[in-house]
Amino acid sequence: MIVNEKIAVEHGLKKDEYKKICNLLKRIPNITELGIFSAMWNEHCSYKSSRLHLKNLPTKGKNVIQGPGENAGVIDIGDDDAIVFKIESHNHPSFIEPFQGAATGVGGIMRDVFTMGARPIANLNSIHFGSPQHKKTKNLLRGVVRGIGGYGNCMGVPTIAGQTSFDESYNGNILVNAMTLGLVKKNKIFYSKAAGLDKPVIYVGSKTGRDGIHGASMASAVFDEKIEEKKPTVQVGDPFTEKLLLEACLELMAGDSIIAIQDMGAAGLTSSSIEMASKGNLGIEINLDKVPCRETKMTPYEIMLSESQERMLIVLENGKEELAKKIFDRWNLDFAVIGKTTKSKKIELYFDKKKVADVPIDILVENSPMYDRKWKKTKLPKKIKIERDQFKNLKIINVLNKILSNPNICSKEWIWQQYDQTVMGDTIQKPGGDAGVVRVHGTNKAVAASVDSSAVYCWAHPLSGGKQIVCESWRNLIAVGAKPVAITNCLNFGSPENEENMGEFVECVQGLGEASLYLDFPVVSGNVSFYNQTKDIGIKPTPSIGGVGLIKNYKNMVTMNLKEIGNILLVIGKTEGHLDQSLFSREILNEKNGPPPEINLFNEKNNGETILKLIDKKFIKTAHDVSLGGIITALSKMCIKGKKGATLKKPNYLIKQFEYLFGEDQGRYIIEIEKVSFKAVIEILEKNSVHFDELGTVNENELIIDDKSKVTIDELISSHTSWLTNYMNK
Amino acid sequence: MNSSVITFPGSNCDRDMDVALKKFGFKNKMVWHNDIEIPKSDLVVLPGGFSYGDYLRCGSIASKSKIMQSVINFAKGGGKVMGICNGFQILVESGLLPGVLLRNKNLEFICKNVFVKVNNKDNLYFKNLKRNTLEFHIAHNEGNYFCSNEQIKVIDSNNQIALYYSDVNGNINENTNPNGSIKNIAGIFNKEKNILGMMPHPERMIDPALSGEDGSIFFENLINNLK
Repeated sequence: MIVNEKIAVEHGLKKDEYKKICNLLKRIPNITELGIFSAMWNEHCSYKSSRLHLKNLPTKGKNVIQGPGENAGVIDIGDDDAIVFKIESHNHPSFIEPFQGAATGVGGIMRDVFTMGARPIANLNSIHFGSPQHKKTKNLLRGVVRGIGGYGNCMGVPTIAGQTSFDESYNGNILVNAMTLGLVKKNKIFYSKAAGLDKPVIYVGSKTGRDGIHGASMASAVFDEKIEEKKPTVQVGDPFTEKLLLEACLELMAGDSIIAIQDMGAAGLTSSSIEMASKGNLGIEINLDKVPCRETKMTPYEIMLSESQERMLIVLENGKEELAKKIFDRWNLDFAVIGKTTKSKKIELYFDKKKVADVPIDILVENSPMYDRKWKKTKLPKKIKIERDQFKNLKIINVLNKILSNPNICSKEWIWQQYDQTVMGDTIQKPGGDAGVVRVHGTNKAVAASVDSSAVYCWAHPLSGGKQIVCESWRNLIAVGAKPVAITNCLNFGSPENEENMGEFVECVQGLGEASLYLDFPVVSGNVSFYNQTKDIGIKPTPSIGGVGLIKNYKNMVTMNLKEIGNILLVIGKTEGHLDQSLFSREILNEKNGPPPEINLFNEKNNGETILKLIDKKFIKTAHDVSLGGIITALSKMCIKGKKGATLKKPNYLIKQFEYLFGEDQGRYIIEIEKVSFKAVIEILEKNSVHFDELGTVNENELIIDDKSKVTIDELISSHTSWLTNYMNK
Repeated sequence: MNSSVITFPGSNCDRDMDVALKKFGFKNKMVWHNDIEIPKSDLVVLPGGFSYGDYLRCGSIASKSKIMQSVINFAKGGGKVMGICNGFQILVESGLLPGVLLRNKNLEFICKNVFVKVNNKDNLYFKNLKRNTLEFHIAHNEGNYFCSNEQIKVIDSNNQIALYYSDVNGNINENTNPNGSIKNIAGIFNKEKNILGMMPHPERMIDPALSGEDGSIFFENLINNLK
């Protein structure tokens, strides 16, 4: 087949990109080479629309061992231990085939982590679906949850936290973001940079099949009515093989045979081989006849573009082939020497004794396109003047029950019961708290992780929204007593070719960069997913932030369930009563406009650090961050979890009741302290200039808001827990 | 006390079991599925996980692996063999225990704490146990115990039922049955009571920081009984 412009366009390349390829090569590429270019130059692999903006993110810090650019980020947690972590999207495949899409998303991110030598110790996920009324939502949710559980459970890695949301903007594009944390010794971290000439290039893992060809290109395009035809581009996962691959890789890594290792993820053998060579400033030669194939008569084009799962590419030290092969044989995995490193700085492929591709690596990598896309700034919306009439007929308890049973607030137990949360025997905080927490096996340390996003805030004002999610992630870690260390981000947006969507991206990134710089909470890894769009309609901008923090002594971990009757409840941080874009405004008043709550980074940092001081001094019995649904929602969840009630005090300053209870001002926490420590706590808060209000006290079993508004905890539990189960079983 | 934990390809609770056994005083060895002999042991444990990816049927391929012949001989000679979760599935697939484990009634994986009522203390696993119910953790997709009417009669008359899913007070009813198991069965013995299979994971409940501590009660009692 002779390649031409039309074929190039069918591969997702733009006409001028094809022209650039011909110019750089000084000839027309053959079909295999064109396939390689389309894989390397698509949005998913090349970050061509996002690179320019991502480089402004803060990525350094005193605990950062490895920032973006490797398979995952790495942070130092002391005593020679390091945590490797990353979040990644698998949105497009999950919409087409929810079970396999989600499963291979989880498999892919775990591979990214153990490629670096780390044993995965925790999984998290952030999943977003269309309106519950949409005809596809229920099946997509069921399939995604099964897929995530099916893969993670079989791997024996606990799923410790997550986030689920519903919004009609995801009707045609669901989001599935999977995050994994792994544990490694600092001196045993493996990288993807090849080094040395004539080193054997090894293929291990599953055989290569025809599945997933063009998966990365599919993830770089807008959906249309023909998406069903794209099913074959979705990869099929086999967690059993991945479990074997994990054990075999870690066994090989215990020795000193490996120079570089890279998993075959998006764009399979193409991107893994090119990436290793490019980082090592070397060439690579592969004999495609040697690649273990599952199907007969696979062409070089198919072998290079297959996204079959559970495969790794390794550059070994000379002479270690036998030793390595023994390990992979023991685990019943394929092992093949398929090529070697060269000094040519080219990728050279041979098949059936013929050279089938010959492309300089720098053309593929350094010369890949980078765009400064046009983008539109979003003005801060005007504050909404809410007519007081609208509150007249509202009864607080009715509103509260409605909010607690809202799909975006209600208990997600139906989901996490399907995930193994406790395998590995170190989970000390399970899903449903502010953050999941696992112990660092055999030590007193623990690692906390949380994943957050606030699409509504980002949609209303991307700059504020971007800052807000970083702050929320920070707060969730603080609330369990962890010192926030670093974040990973998964940036889910519509088409970068649309000025508004591109603007959302640019400003969200700017916001999250500002917050992470201020909070010293650097970005160490991440992924961008554009084209979450069906025809002309993009999703609400949804950056997901995965935050990781450290607890020095796991016994000091804090939970959110109320502990002791008679204890005092304080709200840390100032409550102004910001209702615009709150759940209350959108769901109860049906008002979707207005600005999101303002972010004050100084207060955010100061409040958080002061809470950590109080935890350190063991004053805090319970803590929970205040977010969606405001103070009363946060407090209700604390009551539900602790099966205790609370009696509220009137605020000692002038504020309207609905604003006080449901406002979503940022930088706030609710804490429970003992009466005897009240004075000491107040002293510390005042000394650190932290605003606080006395919220009330813990009681036996009733939430008492005022004389007219009280409700039993049992009623709150039933509002909170029934919606999702009923919805799924209906 | 010496114990052995068998690792099959796809086992994933083998380390957890190793940690638990050692914590309560066992000298534990990990044994590879392709080995032929079990080291000298007072207890052999088949751990949880997804041996052979649950392909064909859960536990069926593992039941034919090399080491199992040695496990079967050990058990037939009266050796103590305990299978947890996937280990239980392997025990029924290898014929050491009666019945089968079907998919959970709700067709979903279930991970949560449950209470189990100890039915029979006249054996080395539960003798002298000071409690009648224990809080354990389950995490499985195929834990729905089933057997024929004739088999259940035999199991009952031999007092082979080890554990029932119950509430905290030991009440056994449909509401306390998480997975559809016949008669709320959570674990059974062979006729001689030297083999125990159960779906719940005591090894995940051995520390106050974890989901609970009732696993500690179980293991402490077990090692004392074996001494």
